[in-house]
Amino acid sequence: MRWLRRNIIVIAGLLTLAYLILPNIVVMVFSFNNPAGKFNYSWREFSTEAWQDPCGVADMCGSLVLSLQIAFFATIGATVLGAMIAFALVRYRFKARGTINSLIFLPMAMPEVVMAASLLTLFLNLGAQLGFWTILIAHTMFCLSFVVVAVKARVLSMDPRLEEAARDLYAGPVQTFLRVTLPIAAPGIAAGAMLAFALSFDDFIITNFNSGSTVTFPMFVWGSAQRGTPVQINVIGTAMFVIAVLIVVAAQLISSRRKHSARSK
Amino acid sequence: MTATATAAAAEAGVVHKPSLRRKLVPYWLLLPGILWLLVFFALPLVYQASTSVQTGSLEEGFKVTWHFPTYWDALTEYWPHFVRSVLYAGTATILCLLLGYPLAYLIAFKAGRWRNLLLVLVIAPFFTSFLIRTLAWKTILADSGPVVETLNTIGFLDVTNWLGMTDGSRVLATPLAVVTGLTYNFLPFMILPLYTSLERIDTRLHEAAGDLYAKPSTAFRKVTFPLSMPGVVSGTMLTFIPASGDYINAELLGSTDTKMVGNVIQSQFLRVLDYPTAAALSFILMAVVLIVVTIYIRRAGTEDLV
Repeated sequence: MRWLRRNIIVIAGLLTLAYLILPNIVVMVFSFNNPAGKFNYSWREFSTEAWQDPCGVADMCGSLVLSLQIAFFATIGATVLGAMIAFALVRYRFKARGTINSLIFLPMAMPEVVMAASLLTLFLNLGAQLGFWTILIAHTMFCLSFVVVAVKARVLSMDPRLEEAARDLYAGPVQTFLRVTLPIAAPGIAAGAMLAFALSFDDFIITNFNSGSTVTFPMFVWGSAQRGTPVQINVIGTAMFVIAVLIVVAAQLISSRRKHSARSK
Repeated sequence: MTATATAAAAEAGVVHKPSLRRKLVPYWLLLPGILWLLVFFALPLVYQASTSVQTGSLEEGFKVTWHFPTYWDALTEYWPHFVRSVLYAGTATILCLLLGYPLAYLIAFKAGRWRNLLLVLVIAPFFTSFLIRTLAWKTILADSGPVVETLNTIGFLDVTNWLGMTDGSRVLATPLAVVTGLTYNFLPFMILPLYTSLERIDTRLHEAAGDLYAKPSTAFRKVTFPLSMPGVVSGTMLTFIPASGDYINAELLGSTDTKMVGNVIQSQFLRVLDYPTAAALSFILMAVVLIVVTIYIRRAGTEDLV
């Protein structure tokens, strides 16, 4: 009993962790299922069929490629625009700073469905053709704020005296920016870009409103919940999970090795 | 060009003076991004406002007639959906706080060398498309599956039946399923800010509390929890705001009796094509969220957070 009381936080925390991971395990296990009907919701028998032919479902891999393309371009757009805003906000004092800070904050503080719906009214009023471009515009818009926040956090923690030192050593503004500022801000920019990519790739609500008949991967999954869920969806989900975890682990190994070598110097 | 000019000036020993050109730098940096946000975020809200006071039909076209009763009609017809949205999102937020706090605390103070691994495990579920994971809940909560059987055996469903969150011995297609999905989907948004604010706390404060004969529970109540308030406030907002507009969980895990405002807005915009009503509903949702969040921040007493 005393043991239980002492470890109550650990137990509660691990239970929460189990709650978080349980669906991922189910997705993984059910990627090896051979379902009876059109829906892959109950277990029948073990099969590796879906893994042997992950693109065997009509239109699924096409939607996956489309999602990757949109996420790629939206990331570039949002990262460039967002990093510029972040530098301006942290490095310069000017009148409109407060207003601009709240303009950046608002898209994150609003239910996504409101943002999605208002963007749709804009496109409807302009008579725009819904599809690739409207999705790309929308994704760039909502990823922008997240990039600004990520880059701002990094630039804020950086010592402005480093730039002064560079200037004292006769570096011009462009040189200072490229050789000093940008390398220090790089991890923040990378974090912002990764966040933007993940948000865009996984976005459903904004895409649902502004995609017309174009089908991104989340839209495909949504449609399959009505028409029938092929096992291949679980294969893609599992593969995404495994790849991403490998990337995170590799990044951690690299950074810990770097820290280690820096310390041994 | 600017680089060589400034370099030349620096070489000539001219002290760096902010020129007009330098003063304009921040504005040039801001221009493209802010323009993007004004055109694709602010302007759409204006368009939506104008749509909400239009009348007409899809065939004849819509015209602005300043028809404000749309708001009243939308509210009288769909108020149960608003109530449900606030209730479900509120319950999910509270559950997220109760479930997320121990895990954030565990990672911040007790994990030691497991800290990075645990953080990866919190973020990792994100990597599988959230729609796929939400669909996985259909399997987990399946009728007479092991989870539901267990909940039945330990009498949990009797409690939720009494609370009106379930009906009988099934979970899918009940409010409980929707709240479970919402809690699950937004839990990381609670854990990460909580962790960030807990991690900043100086552990010597715990020792100091212990030295002053505070019991662990007292130390938590008087020291740790108040110091983690910034995380609690931002976590609650990051959970409540998106949850209140969500329609995915209600659609995939719920039934027609569990539809939230998001579901109505979605179907009005994309299926019924009644744009004025949809726009009005979306503005009312924004107002409701704004009111709830403002009241909450006032009471939490941390206005300078936003």
